[in-house]
Amino acid sequence: MNKHVELKNHLREIFYFRLRLAVGIGFVLTLMAILLMRFLYLQVVRHDYYQTLAESNRISVVPIVPNRGLILDRNGIVLAHNYSGYTLEITPTKTKGLEATINELSTLVEITPRDRKRFKKLLAERRNFESLMIRNKLTDEEVARFAAQQYRFPGVEIKARLFRDYPYGEQMSHLLGYIGRINQTDVEELEENDLAANYRGSDYIGKTGLEQSYENELHGKTGVEQVEVDSGGRAVRILSRTPPSSGNTLVLSIDAKLQEIAVQSFGNYRGAMVAIDPRNGEVLAFVSKPGYDPSLFIDGIDPQSWDELNNSPDTPLNNRALRGQYPPGSTIKPFMAMAGLHYGTRSPERTISDPGYFTLPGSGHQYRDWKKGGHGSVDMFKSIVVSCDTYYYGLATELGIDKIFNHLSGFGFGKKTGIDLEGETSGLLPSQEWKMRRYKQKWYAGDTVSVGIGQGYNLVTPMQLGYATATLANNGVAYRPHLVREVRSARSAESRVIEQKQEFDLKFNPAHYDLVRRAMVAVTQPGGTAVSASAGAPYQIAGKTGTAQVIGIKQGATYNESQVNERHRDHAWFIAFAPAEQPTIALVVLAENGGHGGGTAAPIARKVLDYYLLGKVPQPLPDVAEKEGEEND
Amino acid sequence: MTRRQLWLRFTAHIDPPLMLGISLLMLTSLIVLFSADNASFGQPLKQLANITIGLACMWIIANLPLHYLMRTAIPIYTMGLVLLIGVALFGEISHGARRWLNLGVMTIQPSELMKIGVPLMMAWYFEKHEATLTAKNYIVATLLLLVPVGLIARQPDLGTALLISASGFYVLFLAGLSWRVMGGLFVAALASAPFMWSMLHDYQRHRILMLFDPEQDALGKGYHTIQGMIAVGSGGILGKGYLDGTQTHLDFLPERTTDFIFAVYSEEFGLIGNMILIGLFLFVIGRGFIITANASTYFTRLMAGSITLTFATYAFVNMGMVSGILPVVGVPLPLVSYGGTSMLTLLLGFGMLMSIETHKKLNKT
Repeated sequence: MNKHVELKNHLREIFYFRLRLAVGIGFVLTLMAILLMRFLYLQVVRHDYYQTLAESNRISVVPIVPNRGLILDRNGIVLAHNYSGYTLEITPTKTKGLEATINELSTLVEITPRDRKRFKKLLAERRNFESLMIRNKLTDEEVARFAAQQYRFPGVEIKARLFRDYPYGEQMSHLLGYIGRINQTDVEELEENDLAANYRGSDYIGKTGLEQSYENELHGKTGVEQVEVDSGGRAVRILSRTPPSSGNTLVLSIDAKLQEIAVQSFGNYRGAMVAIDPRNGEVLAFVSKPGYDPSLFIDGIDPQSWDELNNSPDTPLNNRALRGQYPPGSTIKPFMAMAGLHYGTRSPERTISDPGYFTLPGSGHQYRDWKKGGHGSVDMFKSIVVSCDTYYYGLATELGIDKIFNHLSGFGFGKKTGIDLEGETSGLLPSQEWKMRRYKQKWYAGDTVSVGIGQGYNLVTPMQLGYATATLANNGVAYRPHLVREVRSARSAESRVIEQKQEFDLKFNPAHYDLVRRAMVAVTQPGGTAVSASAGAPYQIAGKTGTAQVIGIKQGATYNESQVNERHRDHAWFIAFAPAEQPTIALVVLAENGGHGGGTAAPIARKVLDYYLLGKVPQPLPDVAEKEGEEND
Repeated sequence: MTRRQLWLRFTAHIDPPLMLGISLLMLTSLIVLFSADNASFGQPLKQLANITIGLACMWIIANLPLHYLMRTAIPIYTMGLVLLIGVALFGEISHGARRWLNLGVMTIQPSELMKIGVPLMMAWYFEKHEATLTAKNYIVATLLLLVPVGLIARQPDLGTALLISASGFYVLFLAGLSWRVMGGLFVAALASAPFMWSMLHDYQRHRILMLFDPEQDALGKGYHTIQGMIAVGSGGILGKGYLDGTQTHLDFLPERTTDFIFAVYSEEFGLIGNMILIGLFLFVIGRGFIITANASTYFTRLMAGSITLTFATYAFVNMGMVSGILPVVGVPLPLVSYGGTSMLTLLLGFGMLMSIETHKKLNKT
């Protein structure tokens, strides 16, 4: 009985299952019927229509590349623009023998070995079916000569293209960057961001500098043309057209003339300079020397020029202002003094006696002052004016690393400034926690001593030091530094002004700020370390010199500039703001291997300040900075 | 043992009609790939390697007795789930989606594994509770489906998520989910559509919108649809002839060896060719249904039915996408598109069908 029920259930179950299966079969047949109806519609009913599209006149969707946006300086001077020119291009798959074609071509138009090398490089990294440039900037005569012979060269054609030009060349190279051909990495990145469609037809993309950071603004929107092409692929008729919209114009806060003067003032020195309007964070000049010729990169740099740039001991490809990390040296002292005042560790009146060195209690190690025999009795004001090391060894020790870390990071040390350029480095502001992480060691009292004069683990970028100086100049109110002031739409009169918001306010005690500022003014007065900076200036400059050691000096040995290899000489720093009572410009100058801040860096700063504040253009530039008086650091 | 005996032993668990059907489809794959790859042997040879590996794995599965097959359900499903969670946490991002897991030696896409793992697990679960099926069991089975689908949808890989949902749904359907519940689910799905829409990624919405007006994104995704329809439509009744497809050979067709291979086929062989291809698919599907109907246990019935219906769904979705009635979701044409992973997954499925068919006599006793 039981068995019977079970069996019956089993059969019923199978019956129901097969019923369901039949529904499934019906479902599948319906789907396939839908497909067949669709095929019937496309391939029979609409066949003529698609036949027309595909066979006799194919519709080709042609992207129209937008013009790249311009870059202007704050006064409307053009820093990057486009011009049209002719290029000679080869589609490798359509030629009969690439080598032979190029040799044949060289009888008509000049093709240098450099062009050939560049072509080879393009060939190696090409995307499918692309035509590759063998020559650019053809003259009208060359164009005419080739056009007459074109039938002999299948797969070779002349194209009119827009080229990017940077009138200021090397001077602006680290600021503007450059555009270059889109490579496989770029393609992947574009696809990841779902931008690939907008770059169909585009050959170039911003690679570094502002060209990279503002790629989205500068590129513009690609247009589309639907054209009928005949069986040979030639366009017969335009069916529809969506025009491209040009990229937006960037108006920078940079003053091109100021930048030019700054670059020239460096003479033969390598280094960096950043000038900021402390009232709003606008960057007025952004120099990294040496620069490079950006036009070399646009169509792929040839291997020879690349090697020259890449292997040069002057590292012209290194953006020193943004990425160079140096010990701040004595330029850190005004910030240390603010820390000392803030925590009440040292009152302004407290005087120390400087024997020329500092020792930690219970240690024999001598931390030397730069001046043999010391500065005698020194209070806070004098400590800045004469840049007394002994004072700051003591101050740092009394503050301790935690307070130093807290206060200096308030000024933005050890952090990226957030300027609108990619690739910024963050410097290094040491802390107990950092040392444990990095070296698995605890922090020693000796570590703190040298941090006090900016020589320990400390590293800053010129950009950072410039930002901190601007914050100091603006009474502790910080504006994030930025290079682009305004984005103008190319099509409408629309323009977006990028207004910088106040980043933070350190809320200085007025008395503390006043003391440090007065001391910094005295630095540029007789008796200070940078007399040359303000000699004869009708406005007051607040400044501070600094020296960043390149090689360490042994205990007991002396540093003698004339005996040291030029590239091992100290780097010279100078930070300044002016006019001292109401600063409208703050800047930092770094002259690599420049020796003393007062001697080399301060005169460079002075020329920039004179132009900015007085409109004075320096006379045919003297060979940088003869040493004046007893300036030292 | 004579050579003949050896051969019989070797082919004992291969189902001849099914083998014939899939062989013809794979042969079609090689022929079309030769054309799609501009008359070169590059891709066809690589595809041949894929097929060889796939067939070897199929043979192994076909020779596994059914209780072994059932025993793999939990390990495969669990592994797939762990890997999916791994992807969500450590996966590599490519094209804005997190689908791949780098295991050091190779990168894998765990969602592929789940195409087999989910129906396998659900069929196993139903088999285990066969005697006492209640509403609770259906809910648990649904959860077994929804968890991996949710993870895959999050990657986001909507196409695969929907297809795995379909294969899981087929198991539920064949296991006797009541019509009333299915009706309710259908209504609920319709009602939640606006909410789902808001959950989609921009590019996914884009693809759906584009279906209604491909012209509007003629440079981007719409380009695929437009060129696919032109290829199919211009093929006409008889087609342009092998190796003579202009859309194919003038580089108008994107992804023509993978997702859009059907456009190449359709352009060159026309409506007649399409009917033959659909006939081939129906032959394979039909054999699958026969195996399903004759399957001896609850587990094998569910599994065979799900594999067959899923195969049919893949074919429909791909051809529908190329001919412009479904959005471009990135589903290959089963057994025809170039690709090692999908070939392997499909042939593993066919291996199970063969095992189900050829082991049933043993099982019945």
